[in-house]
Amino acid sequence: MTSRRLFLKSSALGMFGVGTAPAWLSRALYAADAPSPRKKILVAIFQRGAVDGLNMVVPFGEKQYYALRPNLAIPKPDRTENSAVDLDGFFGLHPALAPLKPIYDAGHLAIVHAVGSPDPTRSHFDAQDYMESGTPGRKATADGWLNRALPSQKDSSPVRAVSLGTTLPRAMRGQNEAVAIANLNDFQIRDTRGAGTFESMYENTLDQVLNGAGRETFEAVKLMQSIQKQPYAPAGDVQYPNSALGQDLMQIARLIKSDVGLEVAFAEMRGWDTHFNEVGARPTQGQLANLLGQFGSALAAFYQDLGDKMADVSVVTMSEFGRTARENGSRGTDHGHANVMFAFGGGIRGGKVLGEWPGLEPEQLYEQRDLQLTTDFRDVLGELAVRHLGNAQVASVFPGYEQPKYRGIVRG
Amino acid sequence: MKKYGIVLLAVAVLAAYSTDYSQFEKPLNKDQEILHALNRLTFGPRPGDVEAVRKMGVKKWVDQQLHPERIAENSELAERLKPLDSLRMSPEQIAAEYPPPQLIRAMSQGLLPLPKDPEARARVELQTQRLRAKQEAKGDVKDKQGKGGDPLQQAMRQQVLATSDPVERRKLVADRTPQQVLPYDLNEAKLYRAIYGNRQLEEQMADFWFNHFNVYMDKGADRILIATYERDAIRPHVFSKFRDLLEATAESPAMLFYLDNWQSVSPDRIPERRFAKQKAKQARGLNENYARELMELHTLGVDGGYTQKDIVEVARCFTGWTISQPNRGGEFIYNDRVHDKGEKIVLGVKIPAGGGKEDAEKVLDILSRHPSTARFISTKLAKKFVADDPPPMLLDRMAKTFHDTDGDIRAVMSAMLDSKEFFSEGAFRAKVKTPLELIVSAVRATDAQVDFAIPLATQIAKLGEPLYRKIEPTGYPSANSEWVNSAALLARMNFALALADNRVPGSKVDANTFENSVTNVARQLLFHEPARQTLDSIEKALAQREPTPALIAGLVLGSPDFQRR
Repeated sequence: MTSRRLFLKSSALGMFGVGTAPAWLSRALYAADAPSPRKKILVAIFQRGAVDGLNMVVPFGEKQYYALRPNLAIPKPDRTENSAVDLDGFFGLHPALAPLKPIYDAGHLAIVHAVGSPDPTRSHFDAQDYMESGTPGRKATADGWLNRALPSQKDSSPVRAVSLGTTLPRAMRGQNEAVAIANLNDFQIRDTRGAGTFESMYENTLDQVLNGAGRETFEAVKLMQSIQKQPYAPAGDVQYPNSALGQDLMQIARLIKSDVGLEVAFAEMRGWDTHFNEVGARPTQGQLANLLGQFGSALAAFYQDLGDKMADVSVVTMSEFGRTARENGSRGTDHGHANVMFAFGGGIRGGKVLGEWPGLEPEQLYEQRDLQLTTDFRDVLGELAVRHLGNAQVASVFPGYEQPKYRGIVRG
Repeated sequence: MKKYGIVLLAVAVLAAYSTDYSQFEKPLNKDQEILHALNRLTFGPRPGDVEAVRKMGVKKWVDQQLHPERIAENSELAERLKPLDSLRMSPEQIAAEYPPPQLIRAMSQGLLPLPKDPEARARVELQTQRLRAKQEAKGDVKDKQGKGGDPLQQAMRQQVLATSDPVERRKLVADRTPQQVLPYDLNEAKLYRAIYGNRQLEEQMADFWFNHFNVYMDKGADRILIATYERDAIRPHVFSKFRDLLEATAESPAMLFYLDNWQSVSPDRIPERRFAKQKAKQARGLNENYARELMELHTLGVDGGYTQKDIVEVARCFTGWTISQPNRGGEFIYNDRVHDKGEKIVLGVKIPAGGGKEDAEKVLDILSRHPSTARFISTKLAKKFVADDPPPMLLDRMAKTFHDTDGDIRAVMSAMLDSKEFFSEGAFRAKVKTPLELIVSAVRATDAQVDFAIPLATQIAKLGEPLYRKIEPTGYPSANSEWVNSAALLARMNFALALADNRVPGSKVDANTFENSVTNVARQLLFHEPARQTLDSIEKALAQREPTPALIAGLVLGSPDFQRR
């Protein structure tokens, strides 16, 4: 550890020359030497396309669930892989999420059910936009909740907010610098003759949009160079799945372990819009099972890879809305309302399924068709922003949301 | 460091609240007009284009672009399109000639007959052997999101393919990965048309409408249905009446499959299945997916004034619009047996009980003539061709034209291209190039010779816009903020250096054509005066070493100046 840090330090500082390294860099590099309050990290994962929360965390204790889904319902736990994984006698995980059960048992995974956005839209685009802006029903909000969740500070690291992928998601945009990184190793100008010139061009251009993004980019590039010199090996025998989310989470783990000043990260997984053939020959097989398998194994690998570092890391998952309680005519589900969220990490008070369960009887459904909402998604994200990241101003993270009701997912 | 965010915020706030569109009142000078028309109607000027437009006159040139049938096509394009035979086949032929793994599996298990054509049959047999060997070696691990795969292997593969001659290359791909032939052909054809085609606006429109009525290539049967979708539903209608384009997409097997309508049936109209017991358990019924996106994304827009009730009613009207045997390249059929015969009310209009296929046709009439549609389509076109926040006055005129001409797309485009707002300072260089536009414009500006376009498609994907692979029905956005971020900017700069330095396989830039000074190279590639800051940066850097024309060109193509159009 010591030698790696020393190596990082000398190579990173070397790029700037003696005495000229920016404050964030020296702080990032020396952080571990002097005991100072450790930075908390929040990783947000978006399941785009609206995951079927009722099959992700199955209310097997609810008779109506089986009545509404004759072809889709996951059987009650019977300790085989073709049934739900019992959590508390009423809820169970989809068997493809079994890798997450040990995290739940360790008390580090909290599940909130019947959670989501109070806005009634069933448009993917609008619902994602609202969830990322953090202002349901309000389209004029210019920035995203994850950007606003960053506590204010001077001399912050240029990679304090990182999103994995080729575009910067709505949740990450805003006043605080945030960078999109498709791949850590590719995050550089490959031709050294061009690097400095491009930096100077983008630093000096009068094009305001490109000037800002360009500056942020080159500051981050310098920091990445120290990481790129060493290949990454996950802890022990941890194997990340070769899926996009698996690879993205591995890169986030790499950033966290490099102590470069990461505070919030964003990754996403697509393809959850299961209108047709959500299940295969059995309800526990097929499209959704495959997706959840990729999802669960990636999250579990991340948790294991970070090990003790998970003490400072929280991961939260979300999806724009849930799906119809009743299955549709093509072995799938249509757009619904409330859904399920996961939060896990060393600082999470887990081992429980939280939130009031509204029931699935006809009169209990939202608009007679969807799971009713009992927890606002901002209650979950707001608690993480305030109690985990230490951002004192929840009102600025979720403007207009005055009285959040925290569910107690962060340990005090 | 915070400046960018504040600026961004300020721009967004201005966009949301300001009514100051005075920049759209300020006219351009003649040179700017020419460059602006080229930047917006084409995929970027080629050497000689500015002079050609000047000679013809901007107005006449724009009019010609609006009537592509009057423009002679480039023989270089025809030559490049010729070998791409899968694009001229029916889905059924594609499935037979270049079968995807599922079909090969089915054939190897005897569930489907082997192709009659000996060459295709040999291909299937070869694939069957490969499949078996693979299954024995390891499980079926695959990355569905297409981001995995070894990049090094991909690069080597592209290098090998780029150095083969076209015939040999085609055989290599067809023998090893027959299911790749169609995606390759689609990508190549799109890029060749954008790079070499003379009917540039038509090509921009094809890109716009495909994106508007997006279909995702990797969703099941769409892998083989997508080529005819673009060819038969989109391309013939890019300047037609909107109603015709809408119906062409509504009836296309690719769209019916992508948005699941082919599976949507009336819950009351299930015929008893006495014999197929295992199927009897599968209750079938309505699927809302297409009905929703038809109104939200294709016609009215999300705030266009429809309700959840309307979505269900529209879905009921579309029951029975389905496909025969999608995986074998089936065709559109209307199946009256599963059609909902009840009365429906769509946006307040009654559709009487007892109808058939015409129920959905009435829906298309209602939607294509709705004022929200006129506004929504006009706005989307103006955001693509004018500016991210186009002036409302212009939108009013476009929407009125849409209404008055019963949705004549050419007339709406003409109203936009004829306007003072289009040729204004507010629009001039106001758009950041999309990845497709950036890469094609660089190839055109440098007059690069492209004989294998797949490496260019790979670059476009790296910049954030994998072609034919937008999974969501929204298509790709056109707003500047969507394309400006660190990962994309670095990828743009790296591409610029690589292209100019002839490190992109399949594309060849002749460095001898570059001028002899930094300023001249910049003028040559930007078609206007470069920014002082850009020139200074290049000159300062090059003062220390011998400047090569290729390096200067790469720096210009990666400069902030080149990112705008």
